[in-house]
Amino acid sequence: MTLPETAKDPTPLANAIPQPGSAKKLDPKVFDEPWQAQAFALTVTLHENGLFDWPEWAEFLSAELHQDSAKQDGSDYYSHWLTALEKLLTSKGLVDVPSVAALTESWKRAAHATPHGTAITLENDPAGGAA
Amino acid sequence: MNLGGAAFKLRSRNSARMHFREDAKISDDHHHDHDNHLSDMDAKVRALQTILVEKGLVDPAAVDVVVETYEHKVGPKNGAKVVAKAWVDPEFRAWLEKDASAAINSLGYVGRQGEHMHAVFNTPEQHNMVVCTLCSCYPWPVLGLPPVWYKSPPYRSRVVYEPRKVLGEFGVELPDSTKIKVWDSTAELRYLVIPMRPAGSDGLSEDELVELVSRDSMIGTGLAHAPGQE
Repeated sequence: MTLPETAKDPTPLANAIPQPGSAKKLDPKVFDEPWQAQAFALTVTLHENGLFDWPEWAEFLSAELHQDSAKQDGSDYYSHWLTALEKLLTSKGLVDVPSVAALTESWKRAAHATPHGTAITLENDPAGGAA
Repeated sequence: MNLGGAAFKLRSRNSARMHFREDAKISDDHHHDHDNHLSDMDAKVRALQTILVEKGLVDPAAVDVVVETYEHKVGPKNGAKVVAKAWVDPEFRAWLEKDASAAINSLGYVGRQGEHMHAVFNTPEQHNMVVCTLCSCYPWPVLGLPPVWYKSPPYRSRVVYEPRKVLGEFGVELPDSTKIKVWDSTAELRYLVIPMRPAGSDGLSEDELVELVSRDSMIGTGLAHAPGQE
């Protein structure tokens, strides 16, 4: 076993360990927000479609998780996950950064233009979708 | 790569009806308090999926099935059943020791990240703990997805060099005579800890025993509950 670079990190686990009493619960909430579930499931599905193998994915994810900026309580785990996915897909030439950025903004504009309570679709982007 | 031809391909971006679940929140911004708001991450995952669906690389319905599976179907109850069976059935226990993947698969727990399983058995002489120092490798078919602390930098680093102290922070104190062994998961090999059967559980049925097996006891950061212990 090799020690990770952060091996001498003395941070206590207190912030990350659930409070007493919750430990027995076998069905804790898996994802904090729906986008985390989406990012997770998208990655699994792409892997099963043969676009990358799992060790390859683990390398990209690990690189993000080992950044100094990673939060000690693990709460930003899925943000790193999503960044890793974008980088892996970019390295494979399956997506490119400017297109992802443009489409991200398009989705945000579409959300803003969508009345609360109705489904957000890309066609609601007043700018007409990412050009 | 088998993508089923162009079966996933959607007509055009504007007709792409993706099954994103709405988690749009009303913006805190008073100027837009009637609008929907997507966080950067939410918008980005939609953008990635939009591109991949347009390219025919992923089927949004398949993504939805994966979400449903891990939110509701797979969880540590599966692992608890493996442990309880190992406690009552010596033959199963021996099988688990010899070929954990096959023994676990025989109970119907098959699938992603469970292909190469190794079971490690706690004894009075040795307590086992599992970590993934690389990222967050974890045996999904038997435990579901990992808890937040398993993915946190302090757990991933500290359990390797001060496991007894980390265990203490989980409220578990072991006698000095019990050695602690830490197993580092990889993308290829996943571990399941088989905790010791608690004292006083002799008369219990297999189903009752399942209730004593906590998730943490199968990662090694906890012990199985004693009967009646809440």
